[in-house]
Amino acid sequence: MIPPNFEYFAPNTLGDAVSLLERYGEDAKILAGGQSLIPLMKLRLASPRFIVDLNQIQGLEYVRESDSYLRIGALTRVTDLEASEMVRKKYPVIYDVAAHIADPLVRNMGTVGGNIAHGDPANDLPAVMLALNAEFIAISPTGERTIKAEEFFIDSFTTALKPSEVLTEARVAMPPARSGGAYLKLEKRVGDFAIAGVATQLTVDGRGVCERVGIGLTSAGPTPLKPKKAEESLRGKKPDDSAIKRTADLAADNANPRSDLRGPAEYKREMFRVLTIRALRNALSRVSGGS
Amino acid sequence: MTAQAPIIHGMGHAVKRKEDPRFIQGRGNYVDDVNLPGMLYLDIVRSPYAHARITSINVEKAKALPGVAAVITGKDLEPLGLAWIPTLMNDKQMVLPTEKVVYQYQEVVGVVAEDRYVAADAVPLVEVEYEPLPVVADPREALKQGATVVRPDKGSNLAYHWEAGDKGATESLFRDADVVAREEFYYPRLHVSYMETVGCVAHYDAISGKLTLWMTTQAPHAVRTVASLVTKIPENKIRIISPDIGGGFGGKVYVYPGYIVAAVASILTGKPVKWINDRSDDQPSTAFGRDCYMTAEVAAKKDGTMLALRVKTIGDHGAFFGDANPSKFPFGLFSICTGSYDFKSAFVEVDGAHTNKPPGGITYRCSFRVTEAVYAVERIVDVLAHKLGIDPAQLRIKNFIAPDKFPYKSALGWTYDSGNYLPALRKAMEKVGYEQLRKEQEEKRKRGELMGIGISSFTEIVGAGPAHTFDILGLKMFDSCEIRIHPTGKAIARFGTKAQGQGHETTFAQIIAEELGIPIDDITVEEGDTDTCPYGLGTYASRSTPTAGAAGAMASRKIREKARKIAAHLLEAREEDLVWEPGKFYVRGSPGKAKTIQEIAFAAYTNYPPDVEAGLEAVDYYNPPNMTYPFGSYICVVDIDKGTGEAKIRRFMAVDDCGNRINPLIVDGQIHGALAMGFGTAMLEEIKYDENGNVFGANFMDYLIPTAVETPKWETDQTVTPSPHHPLGAKGVGESATVGSPAAFVNAVVDALAHLGVTHIDMPLNPWKIRKILRDNGIQAE
Amino acid sequence: MSMTKMHIRVNVNGVEREGDVQARLLLVHFIREVLGLTGTHIGCDTSNCGACTVVLGGKAVKSCTLFAVQANGKKLLTVEGLAKEGKLHPIQEGFWEKHGLQCGFCTPGMIMAAYHLLQKNPNPTEEEIRRGISGNLCRCTGYVKIVESVQYAAEKMRVQEAQVAAR
Repeated sequence: MIPPNFEYFAPNTLGDAVSLLERYGEDAKILAGGQSLIPLMKLRLASPRFIVDLNQIQGLEYVRESDSYLRIGALTRVTDLEASEMVRKKYPVIYDVAAHIADPLVRNMGTVGGNIAHGDPANDLPAVMLALNAEFIAISPTGERTIKAEEFFIDSFTTALKPSEVLTEARVAMPPARSGGAYLKLEKRVGDFAIAGVATQLTVDGRGVCERVGIGLTSAGPTPLKPKKAEESLRGKKPDDSAIKRTADLAADNANPRSDLRGPAEYKREMFRVLTIRALRNALSRVSGGS
Repeated sequence: MTAQAPIIHGMGHAVKRKEDPRFIQGRGNYVDDVNLPGMLYLDIVRSPYAHARITSINVEKAKALPGVAAVITGKDLEPLGLAWIPTLMNDKQMVLPTEKVVYQYQEVVGVVAEDRYVAADAVPLVEVEYEPLPVVADPREALKQGATVVRPDKGSNLAYHWEAGDKGATESLFRDADVVAREEFYYPRLHVSYMETVGCVAHYDAISGKLTLWMTTQAPHAVRTVASLVTKIPENKIRIISPDIGGGFGGKVYVYPGYIVAAVASILTGKPVKWINDRSDDQPSTAFGRDCYMTAEVAAKKDGTMLALRVKTIGDHGAFFGDANPSKFPFGLFSICTGSYDFKSAFVEVDGAHTNKPPGGITYRCSFRVTEAVYAVERIVDVLAHKLGIDPAQLRIKNFIAPDKFPYKSALGWTYDSGNYLPALRKAMEKVGYEQLRKEQEEKRKRGELMGIGISSFTEIVGAGPAHTFDILGLKMFDSCEIRIHPTGKAIARFGTKAQGQGHETTFAQIIAEELGIPIDDITVEEGDTDTCPYGLGTYASRSTPTAGAAGAMASRKIREKARKIAAHLLEAREEDLVWEPGKFYVRGSPGKAKTIQEIAFAAYTNYPPDVEAGLEAVDYYNPPNMTYPFGSYICVVDIDKGTGEAKIRRFMAVDDCGNRINPLIVDGQIHGALAMGFGTAMLEEIKYDENGNVFGANFMDYLIPTAVETPKWETDQTVTPSPHHPLGAKGVGESATVGSPAAFVNAVVDALAHLGVTHIDMPLNPWKIRKILRDNGIQAE
Repeated sequence: MSMTKMHIRVNVNGVEREGDVQARLLLVHFIREVLGLTGTHIGCDTSNCGACTVVLGGKAVKSCTLFAVQANGKKLLTVEGLAKEGKLHPIQEGFWEKHGLQCGFCTPGMIMAAYHLLQKNPNPTEEEIRRGISGNLCRCTGYVKIVESVQYAAEKMRVQEAQVAAR
């Protein structure tokens, strides 16, 4: 399988990148890690006439906390999330997901920005971003804007990004004390797309009541899904067994999975329930210092 | 022996492999590594439809693309008599279609260009118009009245009906039995998924008129003969070279259209032509394994004594009946299905069906359908055990063929050479702590936790085979070895087989080392070049050690006999006074009066007796007197996640008996690999079709083979029951674990759920199948 | 600058190599067909099998899922670059000693993945090894002996490190 011909650009600045994207519009594709784009091109499911390779642009690979945000540069490789001590300690849900995206070799190339901006409902990072209420910074010839994660995913492989926009950063508000999160991915086999995936992020107050509840679902329909009713049902409540199960029921109700090689829809829906229960329990155990 | 004597590394040595230094340094030579000056590249246009009439093919745009050298259609092959070629089972198969396509991904047009990039660009430029036809993708449907006929030339979709055993006697045992257990099993369609896809480099030299084909074939000699008969190119003008092969597992026995098109393209263009199948083309178009529906029944007494076995099977053979089988066995050696048990009578029948799917059937390390046979019997025995409330281990023990009955004539007519089944099962039970596990299971059940223990005590039939019964297209299934000892005592040995990872360069050298006392480092083993190697039927169905390995021993013994004459001459002794010990002859009673094999070799060229020819060489074509019957007992322990339905393998204990082991390290490796394939079968792998014949599981994204993460940590052990007729007492082992293990996995999972009334779950054991059972039984998911 | 063809320079196994390449040329084809280093294999076309694994810029990657132009100016290590002065790398030794290969097709990729794994984590657990090579498929070995091969190499490399440190 051989990719079709294209014209290749490797701009050194974001400014140059966005002007190229503006010039070529829908005919251009951004190359970040390439771990989704290149396979699609080999199968000739994508045939961009122009490739804009972002990898020569400096300063887009970082994982750092500043101004009360965790900021992740769009070109940060998934493997660097996995390797970050700070991520492991303070953002366990991100650590979980980083260790379960595709395989270690793909993670060495694949980028955070690419995993999000590809708009694939089976990609794992979007669900985590939804659970964390992340924001994405995008730059275009007309300037910079911030897009909320929950407004980002429009349809399968369609995001709020315009053809001339480049995602440059994903940022997550630094969680308060007594927070915890988890990502659980049910796979037929390691490295495969999720049968179902659930991200949870909780903040619990001193009385053990859930102050903040974030949930995101992978492979739950045409887009990554934020089951808001489920989140709301737990907010302001003590996360006891029945509250957790009620939340999980609502998350499963919200999911709209399709039957395919990775299981019948009925099973997947049930698994959103199971994984939500487990991921909430896991997040809670991390709130109280467990891992 | 002096301290300096080299270590010979004969039988039983776990010596490191001789072939490895090139592989670990990236110096293997696989087909895609063959590069010739001026070489062109073939890519293939494939059918999007499972069944469709071709109304037109327009190649003009593709031909006009700069760099395209030729475009080849079925119409171009027709005048050469190559639009159709014979299959291995006396059917015929299309190379490129002239009228209609009969499965999705079928080869339709060949495009030849200066490199693989241009060839790939030309593929979508070929315009083929199709008129879709009704599709039949399920063999059970195909055999019904009024089904769409896939092959109008054959008149119906019934490829064959085949029976074995005594129907009447079996029926009467069933009538009188206390209990009958019956179950239906579907054995899914699999792909061997060798890591290297199939491919070739074809080079036709117009001046010499010689066609050289480097190709991914497990059976180069048979391919040469058939190629010559089909193309009328004289057999001395065809050279097949199997270079290093990246796994075969039976999938590289077949002759695929790409090979033929590449050869024709080379003849037409006068240039070498390379064809390497893309994975996403290979998986859905090359030979599959299994895909059959079996109904198994066992008749027994209340006490568990098994009386008779009956199996009815419908096999899917795709559009062309081309299984890589011995000719007399359309469904392979399925009649080994009485397994390790002393049945009074048995009867099996099989209907083979044509469907709009690619041909195949015999692949995936199956020993000619022994996999299906073992699965049927090892599953139905468990079904019976649960039905009778007898421990599955005890039921097996009660019905094993007793060791004093060997050689044993099975109810379906095979003569088992040797076997001793109880010690293997006992060993597996002890190693895994069977009794303890049963206790644990009982306790866990009380707590609502699910675990299961699955046993499979299989018997295989391998080493095809004796000339009176086994042939492929008339070629008897002997195999061969030719050994030449050079004057300095070093040797080259060539075989009719062709390894694809089995380690013949090491084990065959060990056989010769054992027989002649020449260190293995002094022995070069070659296979896979029809110009240099003796004729043989190739490597598949665990036959290499039973046939070619035996030929190696026999050729060595011929050399030893000649060496005795030369040694007698050198030692001025009588031949009958010489005593052989590995590496030398000495005069009886005077161990100091000795000649080493190296000294004898030198003399064979410099100082041989007047009544003896120069040289020290031998060739042996070995016709095995019987098949060999490896066996073993496997025990799988599984834990079920009630919430997700995932079955997690806790332990897998494999006790194998393959007779004497030539290289224990390699045998262990063969078993590990085959266990992983059995694990893939049981848990993950499946090629599916919808009713329109669209294939699912056509690449490595959708057809999931196990990674290191899920694959269990195999535990292995052995018993040794030598083959009485093999010169080294060896039996062959490559497929034992693929054949034997799937039933152990399934038996374990069913065992975990048996108290819920579950008697069977079809493979692959996807978590949703298990979860559905739990849901239906009111077991909450969390 | 845009091009469908580009001139690239790559440091391959310590040697500067260069060539004119189409922008769409996959790195694996550059390695195999332009550089003639055929130890790096192609086992699939969907980035699943890892037979094409090489170490680029210090990280193990699937060379079928990069364009050759992306390697421009970088350091590339292939299986051919592991043995030094005729001496096998400990990972190569491990695969030989422990029978970590059969058909050999996945082996170079497996070795390169293991190489990067041991660079990152010189003392991996069995679980970490299994996860570390989960992007590399093997159909022959059943993985147990590959795990043992990597363990052998890790041990040997630790001993070598200690010896170097002691000097």
